[in-house]
Amino acid sequence: MPSFYTYAFLILSFFLTATKADRVNTITLEQLQSKTIKPETNTLYVINFWATWCKPCVEELPYFETAGKKYPAEEVKILLVSLDFPSEREKVIKFVEKKNLQNEVYMLNAGNPNTWIDKIEPNWDGAIPATLMYKAGSKIFFKEGDLTAAELDSIIQTKK
Amino acid sequence: MKKRSFLWAAALLFFCVSFTNEGGYKVGDKALDFKLKNIDEKMVSPLDYRDAKGYIVVFTCNHCPFAVKYEDRINDLNKKYAKSGYPVIAVNPNDPVQYPEDDFANMKKRAKEKGFTFPYLVDESQQIAMTYGASKTPHVFVLQKVNNDLVVRYIGAVDDNTDDPSAVKEKYVEQAVDALLAGKEVKTTTTKAIGCGIKWKK
Repeated sequence: MPSFYTYAFLILSFFLTATKADRVNTITLEQLQSKTIKPETNTLYVINFWATWCKPCVEELPYFETAGKKYPAEEVKILLVSLDFPSEREKVIKFVEKKNLQNEVYMLNAGNPNTWIDKIEPNWDGAIPATLMYKAGSKIFFKEGDLTAAELDSIIQTKK
Repeated sequence: MKKRSFLWAAALLFFCVSFTNEGGYKVGDKALDFKLKNIDEKMVSPLDYRDAKGYIVVFTCNHCPFAVKYEDRINDLNKKYAKSGYPVIAVNPNDPVQYPEDDFANMKKRAKEKGFTFPYLVDESQQIAMTYGASKTPHVFVLQKVNNDLVVRYIGAVDDNTDDPSAVKEKYVEQAVDALLAGKEVKTTTTKAIGCGIKWKK
């Protein structure tokens, strides 16, 4: 007969793992679009495509974190979408914890990039990092390549 | 006189390069021939291969996990198609200052470790990657030799699944080369994939 403590431990560890995994949710293309293409709101949605192995992506993540803290969520909402391989989910979770990322982090599960890249942006060749912004249901910014802290800040300032 | 015609040729080349630079090549464009240093220190140019019917030019590098995932598949492409006239020519365009792992010594090392059966060239000036419009690694350009011109027939990904070779459904490069070898039109001429952005010199 397992003791109360065994149960308590199991329940606690279940919740711990659950919250850990929740930190990085898998997202489909449709879900991502419905979260960011919203004609009914005036929030500026910023999507940054990145990966743990991508050096310039990792270098610019702090800029997105700074921006995320600078503005209230109803004004500017930042979504960090990881394109790490689905098999490397654990690595992404660990990375997010280690860097203590405060923005929402997702892993994109959209299948063959040849079909979804164009749906996000026809001018995107597939190189990361890549950043997009949506406001009131329209795409108002796209860049394939890294941004400096000053660039990101001034774009958000003018677009928000 | 000789000097003069050389200058004209250089000017013409410059003109072509600066003109085709805009967004790189599209399928059907004539591609610039190149001569770049191989890992064995010898210069290699596509037109050196007299018997080739075309080339599988792959912009790739050492550090990028997407490029690494494709190393074996690129080796297989060369083994499969070099003898039928479509050898692989790999070109590393990355700035080794920003990515020391992509420097010449590491290219030699990586090629040896992986047993590359194809030339692995360094695009030191980045001019070829820029002219072709390569944006990331890996980025494939299938060229067909038409008389003495190189015509772009396919641009894009090797296949549709980087992570898992056993789950690949569409082998884009193979489909393109098979079509060309059969004298047919390439059906899927451009594809997109995620990759590591090429590190341009600052």
